[in-house]
Amino acid sequence: MNLFEYTRAETLDAAMSAATEDGAILAGGTNLLDLMKIGVVNPTRLIDITRLPLHDIEEHDGGLRIGAMVRNADLARHPVILSRFPAVAEALLSGASAQLRNAASTGGNIMQQTRCSYFQDPLSPCNRREPGSGCAAIGGETRNHAVLGWTEACIATHPSDLCVALAAYDAVVEITGPDGLREVPMESFHPLPDANGTGPAPLQSGEIITHIRLPDSGGMARNARYVKLRERTSFAFAIVSAAAALEIQDGRIVQARLALGGVAARPWRARTAEKALADQSPTEEAFARAADLALEGAAPSGDNRAKITLARRIAIRALTRAAAGTPDRLPALPASVFEGDCNG
Amino acid sequence: MADVMNIQGHVRLGSNAGQSMTRRDGVLKVTGRATYAADNRPEGVLHAVTATAGIARGRVTHLDTAAAEAHPGVVKVYTPANRPDLAVSPDEKIHGFAWRTEALQDDTVRYAGQPIALVVAETLEAATEGSHLLAPRYDADTPRIGLDGGVPFQPETISIGRPPSLEVGDIDAARTGAARHFETVIETPAQYHNALEPHAITAQWTGDRLEIDTPNQAIGLAKQSFAAYLGVNPAHILIRSPFLGGGFGSKAILFGAQLLVALAAKDLDRPIKLALRRDQMYGPVGHRPATRQTLKLDVDTRGHIAALEHHTIAVASSFDDFIENASNASHSVYATTALRTTHAGIRADTGTPGPMRAPGEATGSAALEVAIDDAAYALGFDPLEFRLRNYAETDPATGMQFSSKALRECYAQAAEAFGWQDRPLEPGSMKQGRLLKGWGMGTAQFPCPMFQAAAHATLRADGSAVVETSAADMGQGAWTSLAQIAADGLGIDIDRLEFRSGQSNLPDAGVAGGSGHTATAGTALFNAGADTIRQLAELALNDPASPLFGADNAGVTARGGRLYRNDDDTRSEAYEDILARAGLDLLRGEGKGAREGEPERAMFSHGGVFAEVLVDPDLGQVRVSRLIGAFAAGRIVNPHLARSQLLGGMIWGIGFALQEEAIHDVRTGRFTNADLAGYHIPVNADVPMIEALTVHEDDPFVNSLGIKGVGELGVTGTVGAIANAVWHATGIRPKRFPIHPESLI
Repeated sequence: MNLFEYTRAETLDAAMSAATEDGAILAGGTNLLDLMKIGVVNPTRLIDITRLPLHDIEEHDGGLRIGAMVRNADLARHPVILSRFPAVAEALLSGASAQLRNAASTGGNIMQQTRCSYFQDPLSPCNRREPGSGCAAIGGETRNHAVLGWTEACIATHPSDLCVALAAYDAVVEITGPDGLREVPMESFHPLPDANGTGPAPLQSGEIITHIRLPDSGGMARNARYVKLRERTSFAFAIVSAAAALEIQDGRIVQARLALGGVAARPWRARTAEKALADQSPTEEAFARAADLALEGAAPSGDNRAKITLARRIAIRALTRAAAGTPDRLPALPASVFEGDCNG
Repeated sequence: MADVMNIQGHVRLGSNAGQSMTRRDGVLKVTGRATYAADNRPEGVLHAVTATAGIARGRVTHLDTAAAEAHPGVVKVYTPANRPDLAVSPDEKIHGFAWRTEALQDDTVRYAGQPIALVVAETLEAATEGSHLLAPRYDADTPRIGLDGGVPFQPETISIGRPPSLEVGDIDAARTGAARHFETVIETPAQYHNALEPHAITAQWTGDRLEIDTPNQAIGLAKQSFAAYLGVNPAHILIRSPFLGGGFGSKAILFGAQLLVALAAKDLDRPIKLALRRDQMYGPVGHRPATRQTLKLDVDTRGHIAALEHHTIAVASSFDDFIENASNASHSVYATTALRTTHAGIRADTGTPGPMRAPGEATGSAALEVAIDDAAYALGFDPLEFRLRNYAETDPATGMQFSSKALRECYAQAAEAFGWQDRPLEPGSMKQGRLLKGWGMGTAQFPCPMFQAAAHATLRADGSAVVETSAADMGQGAWTSLAQIAADGLGIDIDRLEFRSGQSNLPDAGVAGGSGHTATAGTALFNAGADTIRQLAELALNDPASPLFGADNAGVTARGGRLYRNDDDTRSEAYEDILARAGLDLLRGEGKGAREGEPERAMFSHGGVFAEVLVDPDLGQVRVSRLIGAFAAGRIVNPHLARSQLLGGMIWGIGFALQEEAIHDVRTGRFTNADLAGYHIPVNADVPMIEALTVHEDDPFVNSLGIKGVGELGVTGTVGAIANAVWHATGIRPKRFPIHPESLI
């Protein structure tokens, strides 16, 4: 690890003025410190924001305003999250391990980097790490790579579970910077790659995520699920995942939300599929048509064609589970494919 | 806090061996007071970090040692240009259990991740950054990676000095007479060692004496190796290895950086510590190589195997000859009139493979059990019935009788516990909700080798005793089970026994490997105790003042710290009284453990493993929902620890079947998943209802104590059982491990 200067920011202004080019914001540190240890990022200054007053979850217009420093474990057990945004709780609890969730922050989850193994290998060309150097993932091991929204410049996926659920719920990222406040929808916060590179940085120099806002989930509170496919039941990233939320009245879908994980450089909000579900009966057929629409334009970025099939099917599974209703208690294995069908 | 937990109700009846005692070092471990090698912080210690190669084949042309040495805290950078000399080249195999290794002998790169420099600094952080600053430049060649990327060759030996092929009977004649021919091709991936404790060493010199703290499975051998490579008198080397956080074969072999640390500590006259990072374990410390196995079965109309062929192609390194002996797993499990096994190698630019828990047996059993299942179904037999039809009453490979073999009882007990009799023959016929359910089985088998061990026992004036042997406790609980045996050898309660071990200045207990440590070191310890008691009895029987005087022909028995006349239990004497009257403070005995001469019986542990899986038909995800094994492994010294060993092996089997796989980028030879986030082994949530039963088995031939081994047995059989259950659920026969969801949709 390179030598760096460590400062603990006492005020948001101090943090902003320090968060310039060569500085990095340190929150939970569960991703940043790993990347520093393997030489992927080499900041000369670390600005610790764990003491900033960003630890609160406030109720806000029927929704929530979540401080960027709220730990994943605390957020997952918040009563309003459990009662009105259950897919967020399920996504959180399916991620990482209990130890990591105790440390990891909400803002940090959003800011975490891709787990593309070529991004994590400083010896490999990577446009995300070193713009213009190329993409070593293309032609390499691509099981964890994108099938939507990728270009020849980058085929990485965003690894977050939380962000998939947040995107489905229309969450908004509140950012404070030298030019004041701005807000960005979760679903477009992470840039997609273009022909030349990985797109503009989500945060400008001096900017800090302060809060995540979840608008009122309205009639979708008890019909929302997150489902995650993975070979290992804990401490594994999704091969593919999906968050779904439905408002159902009189046997008809009033509104639908669907977002996919593990398929693109951002949580993939499937708006066309959502529109197609409006005013439909919540049937397997309707969900299958919606899943087809969600995967429209999907293409393998390597030897990963099966992910398109899996993503389609996990979308159907999430919608089907959402239609069946959120269970009163979180399942013992949150987001597991196997819930309800087998013991433990 | 008390040092020892007082567990109520833990009453022991009878002898020490056979009791389910908990680990004697358990409290130390769960309270963090067990000192592992990297926990040592000698005064003035320096930290060493290896820089590793970013290419898999070629030469290092430049290292920026100036930049590294200019970094604050860096003390010295060792490269091939300035490293101290070894007495013997690290490419020389000084004994049968030596691997060629890298100790900066030259600028060649043989695999990605190979150490190419050693940076020594005042802090770990400075050494790490120094290693980054070296920014190596290379003259790189195209790497040869994997089964299809390397160069085929025919090895002279496989595993450690074994013949690469075996032919028994006339394969062609047997095949001609058979009714059905089956062929199965299965691939297994490269698997890398991920013991919880990474390899570590702390070395310090006092004059010409070297003290080493390092986890090692065979410290007697390690001492010889350090001495030979460093050119030091072995009597001047002390290795301490009190606790190993897992070994699994990777800590039985020295690797170059250990030698370099010892050299550097001498050169700089400071203690030096090195602990590998997780990613640095992918290369220099051995691994289980990828294999492609072809099985050919010819079966007659009554379901008897007439001919069995097992051919393995295994990846090896470009510079050493370890070949995973997977085909040998077919030698002794099923009866057959004719048997042919072969091995071939692929030279690739990777670190040299080595032993990894059930080396050969795990890999070969996985393929064999799938092939057997395939034939059973095609012939319309229940998988268990087919295995019973082909039950080997004698060892097909040697024609010898088995020393003992309670496999039938294992099958019966596990099958009953599992409920196997309700299994439908057809795949895809069981469901649980939406999920497909399948049941599969496999046979577990592992040989019972014995190595060489020596031990001392000393009876003290107060009737307590100390025993000494350099055994290795890898977490399996050797120090507990060995102490149980030692206490019985001395006829005392285990609480009166001090057990000294894990140091190279003690009698050599041999290697903790091959599932032979308890048998070998246990025999030595028991014999040392018996030797002591023999002397003690001699004192008593010849002493007119002893109540045992003149018991000569009747003899005496040692029990609970007293000698008893065999023919009269009322006449006994305490050890301390015998010693006191003889004017002795100490009485010392010696013992050895080894197998004399060539074995005249085939010796194996056995088991039957039954698995239930649930498979999501849409998403292909597999969950092992039940796993039950029954195992016969001779005398079980400690049922609690043996069960843990067997469960650990079975859980390893879950990982082998469904998760474990080291992935190379074939273009660069570098790994894409060299950490615990990317290299998956099971978590608790992956471990289902699981049980390991042990079946009583007396073995009068295997050794005087009747002990076989349980360390590796549980892996075998389990992998095949899970694969066969997946087939039974889905109708899809796995062609490679691990079984990915993508292959099941």
